Amino acid sequence: MPSLLAQSLSANKFVITAEVAPPKGGDPSALLRSAADVAPCVDAVNVTDNQGANMRMTPLVAAGLLVAEGIEPILQLTCRDRNRLALQSDLLGAAALGIHNILALTGDDIGCGDHPHGMAVFDLDSVLLLQAVSALNRGVDMNGAPLAGATHFFVGAAAAPEVEPFASTRPKLAKKATAGARFFQTQAVFDPRRLAMFCDTVRPLDVKVIAGILVIKSARMAEFINRNIPGLKVPQTVIERLRGANDPAAEGVRIAAELAGQCRTICDGVHIMSMGRDEVVPEIVAAVRN
Amino acid sequence: MIVSTQKPFEEILAALEGGSRVFIIGCAKCATVCKAGGEEEVFRMQEALTAAAKEVTGTMVIDETCHMPRTARDLRSRRDQVDEADFLLVLSCGAGIQSVAEASGKKVVAGTDSRFLGNIRRFGQFEQRCSLCGDCRLNDSGGVCPVTVCAKGLLNGPCGGMEDGACEVDRNNRCAWVTIYERLERQGRVGGLDAITQARDFAHKRHPKSLTLEK
Repeated sequence: MPSLLAQSLSANKFVITAEVAPPKGGDPSALLRSAADVAPCVDAVNVTDNQGANMRMTPLVAAGLLVAEGIEPILQLTCRDRNRLALQSDLLGAAALGIHNILALTGDDIGCGDHPHGMAVFDLDSVLLLQAVSALNRGVDMNGAPLAGATHFFVGAAAAPEVEPFASTRPKLAKKATAGARFFQTQAVFDPRRLAMFCDTVRPLDVKVIAGILVIKSARMAEFINRNIPGLKVPQTVIERLRGANDPAAEGVRIAAELAGQCRTICDGVHIMSMGRDEVVPEIVAAVRN
Repeated sequence: MIVSTQKPFEEILAALEGGSRVFIIGCAKCATVCKAGGEEEVFRMQEALTAAAKEVTGTMVIDETCHMPRTARDLRSRRDQVDEADFLLVLSCGAGIQSVAEASGKKVVAGTDSRFLGNIRRFGQFEQRCSLCGDCRLNDSGGVCPVTVCAKGLLNGPCGGMEDGACEVDRNNRCAWVTIYERLERQGRVGGLDAITQARDFAHKRHPKSLTLEK
């Protein structure tokens, strides 16, 4: 498998990933700067797909630009904006661009973004998208028609270790594994015990777990996240710690670094969500690696 | 039933621009139940249009405007008033509005927006449970339709936006997949959720559809 991320995970290396958001515009220079800042210290860089349903440059092209810079991207692909033809054809395009990692996602509600009157597609869901990627890897499309050559994607899915009621999400996690997910990149985790329980639960699935680490700047930002970002819930203890700190931004980095360090003994890697603060990624990585 | 709501009166008036004589048609079935076009709403519309200096040539509430021969027959029975009108203002679902347009050949104004196929929760409260997808999955999902009740129409479980059992799209709604899980768990058959539900066949959604029963 050409994916370096896959190679590291199968060698039981603790991996670190970060993420960049494609620009709202045709100029990729800010994206490339951001990627260049974080890439040297991580194993791969996620490229988000119209995140929060806000229209931006297609992650397919953004990820292709990263490949050209020698950076290994994880292309996030959501089912919200594309039907089954578009998803598969983008995946074939990704293969042609040398993109090896895919994160198959459902996608946030279109109503929360900047085109709330658009049509949300959801022709496939994340499980069916994973299945489609697996089909392409076998050299056929999702209807079984042969391709001119198979793809070689290393494909992952999302998971939410701290969601309640967790039991209701378990069948879908198992289906994601069956459909071909080789790694989970999780929603932000805050409680290492919950993460450990999650890892125990999914261990039979034989899927690597990369825990989401959210870097929060202030108590206000945490409260904003809790109000506005689906699936993210910053616990009150973290909010209080940020509120009581002299330098909340630095405290947020410390919280993230502590948690990321604890993950080393629990799961297979961490995914740092720095919310646009690329400069803090090396600091957190250093704390994990030491 | 088909749930419809009346368009804002200003919008109806704007659509009646260029004519002063109006014949108003309601429907005795769904539009009556959801108070968009029953006897009472037709009467109120007549009053409002009269106050807005329109002349109402007549009104009638047809028993099922979607029934095309019946609508044609009922319109014929009031031919004089219908012919006299510049516009036929129809307060029924979109199906009924088109029956009237076809039967009369006249300029028809839609006074409603057709919203959804609704269950009646209680008087005046309607909920969408079925979206007429043509490919029913209720046997596998505990009698809860994921295509309709899940805001994203997901077939294989909850999305990452579910929080404390609430739907990402509207926190006042319970996540359809949490409901499905809990119901199947009570019935001792969550194992049924292990199999991947394959992609929908959207050929069922091609339109216009028709059905002719065999004699």
